[in-house]
Amino acid sequence: MADGAPRKDLRDTALDSAELDRHLTSIWHTRGGLWAAVSTVDHKIIGRRYIITAFVFLFMGGVLSLLMRLQLSQPEARFIGPDRYNQIFTMHGTNMMFLFAVPVMEAMAVYLVPLMVGTRNIAFPRLNAFSYWMFLAGGILLWVAFAIDTGPDVGWFAYVPLAGPQYGTGKRADIWAQMITFTEISALCVAVELVVTIFKQRAPGMSLDRIPLFVWSMLVTSFLVILAMPAIMIASSSLILDRLVGTHFFNPAEGGDVLLWQHLFWFFGHPEVYIIFLPAVGMASTIVATFTGRPVFGYLAMVMALISTGVLAFGLWVHHMFVAGLPRLGESFFTASSMAIAVPAGLQIFCWLATLWMGRPVFKTPLLFVVGFIITFVVGGMTGVMVASVPFDTQVHDTYFVVAHFHYVLIGGAVFPLLGAIYYWFPKITGRMMSETLGRWVFALIFAGFHLTFFPMHILGLAGMPRRVYTYQPELPWSGLNMMVSLSALVLASGFLLFAIDIFRSARNGPAAGSNPWGAATLEWATASPPRCYNFRRMPVVYSGEPLWTEDELQVASGLRVDRRELLVTAVVAATPQARESSVPHSIWPLWAAVATSIVLIWSIFTPWAVVWGSIPVAVALTGWFWPKGAPEEES
Amino acid sequence: MRERVVLDLSDVTSHASGSASPTWWGTLAFMLIEGTGFALAIVIYLYLMSLAPKWPIATPVPSLTAGTLMTIVLVASLAPNMLVTGWAKKQDLPKVRFGLVVMSLLGIVPLIIRVFEFPAVHVSWDRNAYGSIVWLMLGLHTPHILTDLIETLVLTCLMFTRHADNARRYGDVADNAMYWNFVVATWLPIYACIYWVPRL
Repeated sequence: MADGAPRKDLRDTALDSAELDRHLTSIWHTRGGLWAAVSTVDHKIIGRRYIITAFVFLFMGGVLSLLMRLQLSQPEARFIGPDRYNQIFTMHGTNMMFLFAVPVMEAMAVYLVPLMVGTRNIAFPRLNAFSYWMFLAGGILLWVAFAIDTGPDVGWFAYVPLAGPQYGTGKRADIWAQMITFTEISALCVAVELVVTIFKQRAPGMSLDRIPLFVWSMLVTSFLVILAMPAIMIASSSLILDRLVGTHFFNPAEGGDVLLWQHLFWFFGHPEVYIIFLPAVGMASTIVATFTGRPVFGYLAMVMALISTGVLAFGLWVHHMFVAGLPRLGESFFTASSMAIAVPAGLQIFCWLATLWMGRPVFKTPLLFVVGFIITFVVGGMTGVMVASVPFDTQVHDTYFVVAHFHYVLIGGAVFPLLGAIYYWFPKITGRMMSETLGRWVFALIFAGFHLTFFPMHILGLAGMPRRVYTYQPELPWSGLNMMVSLSALVLASGFLLFAIDIFRSARNGPAAGSNPWGAATLEWATASPPRCYNFRRMPVVYSGEPLWTEDELQVASGLRVDRRELLVTAVVAATPQARESSVPHSIWPLWAAVATSIVLIWSIFTPWAVVWGSIPVAVALTGWFWPKGAPEEES
Repeated sequence: MRERVVLDLSDVTSHASGSASPTWWGTLAFMLIEGTGFALAIVIYLYLMSLAPKWPIATPVPSLTAGTLMTIVLVASLAPNMLVTGWAKKQDLPKVRFGLVVMSLLGIVPLIIRVFEFPAVHVSWDRNAYGSIVWLMLGLHTPHILTDLIETLVLTCLMFTRHADNARRYGDVADNAMYWNFVVATWLPIYACIYWVPRL
């Protein structure tokens, strides 16, 4: 038998490590070249692409915010006109929420969850490839539209009637609505993959009470995506229908209703906040455990807090609509539920504090970001409880107070832990360490820059400065603080710039990391850095929630085939082995399916017939995707 | 890290079937997504109805014939669908082939009936919000029939090729049948909403 073509049904049982590595590499490897690169279904390659793309969007969105700060730095500035300003703030919000925050969290999970649960690839690897291409296409659609002066200009939540056919003329609002479709398809696909990976592909022995907290957080997040995102897809599709074929969903003159848009949007929009926040909670828990050298205090309480946050997230949406004139009783209910969600959030914070108190914390960069997160998020949470009160909200609605609040919870609550997570997992992803010295500077600049930028916005809001104004008059008492905010934004931006420099430098010249540089407990650190294409030579078996702390050597299982891609399917609750299931090989069809779907979606901004004719290539691509090609993975 | 083999999986089956299989769970997750979509459409219908002084807005209630016939056909199709599921579980290739041909035909019939359903609601999508939501509900359900039909047709072709006689294909057939149950199940509340709620 020739090299690289092992005999049928060859098992790993009798093979030594070197031979096993050779066989596994030959079947799991992604070859060089463009064709192989766009056909790959390796979750690590796709996850890395996803993360990098999302960070590129973060930096582009950051540039937009600097442009806004330039314009607002002094009264009656003339750098940017009102129309361009409308596009810029809409692009900033849309880009950060739909092209950065949600995708980057899912991207981290695409890379990490299969490693953390001890499997060789994500469930439905081709769907994973498809979801990345859809995300990329949606991002390109939005930014190309902006470049040709057709960027959406209706705010990131595109309220009707401003976004409707009467006022939102041209194609700007359609671009926004269809970008939603792209990103939601991609987010939903990843959510399904993650749920099934976590339910069915955990290492033997990883029962529900041994799942790493980051994986738990991604499970709850995925369910939030599954239940929340259909609302925005229905909403944005209805908006397109109102604009394209004259339906009347949001037209009060013909029995429609503008508040219907707000209900649908925020039924998605509020859980969206937790879709961004919960993964960050998981990252924080992981980092706290590693750098205190002990498991997080109150594992069960943490998991229950994640789940109850997920449930409560669906009962809060009306607090975005307190000034819309809803019945008093309804408003009171949503005030109560908005305050109630502070309980599980507070519980988690106390668990982290207890862990830090009882452990021996080592304040490396990732932990610094978590400490920064706890401080900032608590402030953001407090202003959240304030705006949950109807009279207070009525006062500060649509002012810079709200801008300050949601940047505290989103940047403080999600971006800080994310940056900590990048410093933490960078060695695993690249095999190299980032600089601890630069890391401390990055943290200091970002933490100080953030608070100097966003804290004064609370005061500006209380002083009556509305959001989304492109300029203000010199008589108003806002100019001093605005100049301060704009200068501080440069400090914040320099922190991000230094972060990017650290990333590039370390990726090329960072010191070698080794498999477990932080002495962490979870399975991703049991394999090489960066992990081999097959993740684990043999499937790990676990006996505790911290397998790398409780065992001297990695417990593994044998008996899997090495002549095809094989991984282990286990039971949902107890993770007992159920089958040696195959995992699909590389395929170009997800790319073709994404291209065909993108054509339908963009074409349908212009004519409804696109859906009819454009579906044909989509059906062809999907058939090509699923039709067996004689690979051993396609048989049982 | 050093490794120690503690578990031998040589005898574990090479294909998970039914609820043990990841595909089964994936199908369930997609049903949850689409089911949420259908539920939201019904919520929008009821929301708009609650705002309207008279419902349906400026049109007679939908005629029952086409929609009721649709319901009867869809519910009746569950019987052969269950049989196909059973045959797929027993890996009985000739019967699975026969069953798939029958289910392909039973996928085409509802599409023909659907053509008569749109005029039976007596309102066009651009007349008022009532027309918009009724067309949206029908428009949301129709692609589900269509995609399942296409999937059934592709599977039917596949089961007449050399790739057919394999546990994985039988699993695909069973999952496809499960999805058809979902298409039928989601129709029932939509049928009740479109045809009976305005009569209350």
